[in-house]
Amino acid sequence: MNTAATSASRQAVPATGPLTGRVHSWDLSTGVDGPGTRFVLFVSGCPLRCLYCANPDTWHMRDGRETSVGKVMGEIEKYRGFLTTAGGGVTITGGEPLLQPAFTGSLLHRCKEAGLRTALDTSGFLGTRASDELIADTDLVLLDIKSFDATTYRRLTGGPLAPTLNFATRLDRLAVPVYIRYVLVPGWTDDPSAVDALGAFLAGLSNVDRVDVLPFHKLGAHKYDALGIDFPLRDTPVPDPELTERVREQFREHGLRAL
Amino acid sequence: MTVATRPDVDAPAEAWRGFAGRRWRERIDVRDFIQANYTPYEGGSEFLTGPTERTLAVWHKVSALFPEERRKGILDVDTATPSTITSHAPGYIDRERELIVGLQTDAPLKRAIMPNGGLRMVENGLRAYGYEPDPFVTKVFGTYRKTHNDGVFDAYTPEMRAARKAGIITGLPDAYGRGRIIGDYRRVALYGTDRLIEAKRAERALLDSRPSAPHVIRDREELAEQIRALRELARMAASYGRDVTRPASTAHEAVQWLYLGFLAAVKEQNGAAMSLGRTSSFLDVYFQRDLDEGRIDEAQAQELIDDFVIKLRIVRFLRTPEYDQLFSGDPTWVTESIGGIGTDGRTLVTRSSFRFLQTLYNLGPAPEPNLTVLWSPQLPEGFKRFCAQVSIDTSSIQYESDDLMRPRTGDDTAIACCVSAMAVGRQMQFFGARVNLAKALLYAINGGRDEMTGEQVAPEMPALTGEYLGYEELTAAYDRMLDWLAKTYVNTLNVIHYMHDKYAYERIEMALHNHPVHRYMACGIAGLSVAADSLSAVKYARVKVIRDDTGLAVDYRVEGEYPAYGNNDDRADGLAVDLVESFMAKVRKHPTYRDAEHTQSVLTITSNVVYGRHTGNTPDGRRAGQPFAPGANPMNGRDRHGVVASALSVAKLPYEEARDGISLTTTITPEGLGHNPTERAGNLVGILDGYMTFGGFHMNVNVLHRATLEDAMEHPEKYPELTIRVSGYAVNFVRLTREQQLDVISRTFHGSL
Repeated sequence: MNTAATSASRQAVPATGPLTGRVHSWDLSTGVDGPGTRFVLFVSGCPLRCLYCANPDTWHMRDGRETSVGKVMGEIEKYRGFLTTAGGGVTITGGEPLLQPAFTGSLLHRCKEAGLRTALDTSGFLGTRASDELIADTDLVLLDIKSFDATTYRRLTGGPLAPTLNFATRLDRLAVPVYIRYVLVPGWTDDPSAVDALGAFLAGLSNVDRVDVLPFHKLGAHKYDALGIDFPLRDTPVPDPELTERVREQFREHGLRAL
Repeated sequence: MTVATRPDVDAPAEAWRGFAGRRWRERIDVRDFIQANYTPYEGGSEFLTGPTERTLAVWHKVSALFPEERRKGILDVDTATPSTITSHAPGYIDRERELIVGLQTDAPLKRAIMPNGGLRMVENGLRAYGYEPDPFVTKVFGTYRKTHNDGVFDAYTPEMRAARKAGIITGLPDAYGRGRIIGDYRRVALYGTDRLIEAKRAERALLDSRPSAPHVIRDREELAEQIRALRELARMAASYGRDVTRPASTAHEAVQWLYLGFLAAVKEQNGAAMSLGRTSSFLDVYFQRDLDEGRIDEAQAQELIDDFVIKLRIVRFLRTPEYDQLFSGDPTWVTESIGGIGTDGRTLVTRSSFRFLQTLYNLGPAPEPNLTVLWSPQLPEGFKRFCAQVSIDTSSIQYESDDLMRPRTGDDTAIACCVSAMAVGRQMQFFGARVNLAKALLYAINGGRDEMTGEQVAPEMPALTGEYLGYEELTAAYDRMLDWLAKTYVNTLNVIHYMHDKYAYERIEMALHNHPVHRYMACGIAGLSVAADSLSAVKYARVKVIRDDTGLAVDYRVEGEYPAYGNNDDRADGLAVDLVESFMAKVRKHPTYRDAEHTQSVLTITSNVVYGRHTGNTPDGRRAGQPFAPGANPMNGRDRHGVVASALSVAKLPYEEARDGISLTTTITPEGLGHNPTERAGNLVGILDGYMTFGGFHMNVNVLHRATLEDAMEHPEKYPELTIRVSGYAVNFVRLTREQQLDVISRTFHGSL
């Protein structure tokens, strides 16, 4: 299910006009999209179709609003002082920000120029599209590793696992701090051996600050209803606290900080 | 003006042993005493202790009465004895175990009647709960003794009555006690009543040579009443075996003396808000001295505060169900202001600031006392983190910007009610409730006719007749309507406060103020977000008017989108700012009773529900009857970019033009502050720092799941303690009316997916 990826070529970079991207929305959030309170930009379009996706309304680039870098920066500027005082920054998420690498890269660069801390929330699936310059402008990567089992990964996301792991290794080489995000879905990502294998892989990297084990939730279900599409995990249970703690403990056994 | 009394004569050496400073000994000046003696505390909460067995025994004994009280509405009432400072025999919860004594009547939760405010209010209150008014009381207050309520209605004009009835001016304290006056109850502990009486006599003597003009005569009479009230306070204290004629000499006495001063006030005044002031760091001086002397340990210090807070939690007034519907539950607004920074840069946080907050753990969450943290980014980190943690755990704290208040009302400022700042013992206010700005906009469209009844309430002005509302035409009509409203409003308040002074004067509270006192005329506005969004809709979208067959505009259709207040968008937020500024300017044009300084608040308490019910369809798309947003909040669901964007919109409202406070109530889910509990407190600190740095004045913080509230509606018995912050104070969620509960649940929950 890779149709959206091809739409990246439609990203508008007119020779004369300002650089624009497709934006779903923006929001201010606290403690969930990187440290502190953050301006969170949701860009539109994602090449993956994760079964548990909480934001199906961000799948298609065409559904986003064409917005210039300057306009987004104008909005961010209103919060610059607040974000600095409150201890936070800017997070670009989506959708998949690396589906629009020029737009994302430009925003990250402008944020750094404005003295703001930056974070990039990505599946890593399109990691090769991130230039070294883009990564240099990123203070923190929130890297979603959906599964460490290639077969499960493909069933869960529709795409291959390898690009994500390659991206993780590259970030380690470039010494960019990473928060790993691991969504815990009973029956899908709770297999102890797969968790262990991911833990071992991450323990071999030196840039992993923490592993966030995020219990699967269904708060996005109403969006599926609104869009008239099926929510595949509607009947999947959310993990109980014991399971969540077990998985966190597995990561901790590898010397990782799991929260 | 502060009056010097004889220095160094009868200096109470024992009571004041070890205290530093001079000025406060020579004149009544509690602030100076605090500054000279308090111990700032920069550490964390690790020193705190849990409740003692004794505390829990007392608390369980009195809280066991709450279910019956909740079921019956009131537990008991003395119908025959109009309450005064000395009217009732001593009462106890558990005489053997109580550390701090004193009840409003002779039994816990037994209410008293206070007919000076209005006999009808008393009679309606009694009948609502199945009691018959006492015939002798009815005869006295119906025949011989006029009440505040009678006086007001003698002097109201037809226009004032019409505006009141239509609900464009509402919540007026014309039938009940105005409240919002904070006696400096600390004075009782520091000086004792003998010294306070002496100072009052000196203040009065200064009037002897003045010509007997009406205002001088009034001052002399009031000072005589104040002295009488202080004597009665001493007599009431003596009935409990406590001698408050002399200063307190231990922490135990200091808490007790201070409480007896407050008790005298709540025995005599059924004020809308009976706030405590700023007592924790004052008391801390005594606690620190006793700790240093080895007289008490930390557990004993904590249990004195716990016991004190138990008493503050059971203050009760007889009110009507309508009153409770307006204000939710049974509020008393025993507001205690905690923390802040001194003008010399030292923090005013002490260990006792922590101890007050600790009561929410030791006794469980509760709406009263209304714990209010005076926040500054400069507060010690340990205190900030503890406050945030208590907020997350109990949703029982509100925050107000110390940095905005300190330059204006000084570093001995306390909050009355919800958001009203005043210098303790030096300033008081005339509480003025509020006008309905959204309804006024509809009056502008309809030429002064009420949109629900069709009656001509405001003077007849040309109605707007176009198919669509034109922005210029509308704002011009609105401006004229607000001119009329401000004039009618201030004049109405002048009547109310003239009569309140005359028939229901707050003797003991004013005895604990300096003379002369600085007065504020505290006006207020409701419906700000509805009015601002309506103007935005007309300006940035198109609003079609739907009229009934009498030509009355009764509905509106918004065509297109408009920027809504609450998204940090200057186009809409600017309209709200303009409204605040222009209404304040209009209010200032009208002279006030006793030359009070004009102020206004953007605060609704929970009456946003009732105001909404009495306001028709509005041009922002809001339906008739739908609640307004509380206080200065954006309309529910229209703030789409999270709590920070919403808060920064509110922070744009200029405090200088709303010196009586600007209230913001936020509800955040726990996950909306972070994935794990350890990070949440730090993140909440960041939000408060950021909001206040950018001009925010007040924030109520609720950390709750919507599901919790929904469950509490279905199973109230499971949540007797569930406390939530509403505009400016806290309530027991299960005591709200169903309509108010639904309103709270419909509010924007800032969470995350």
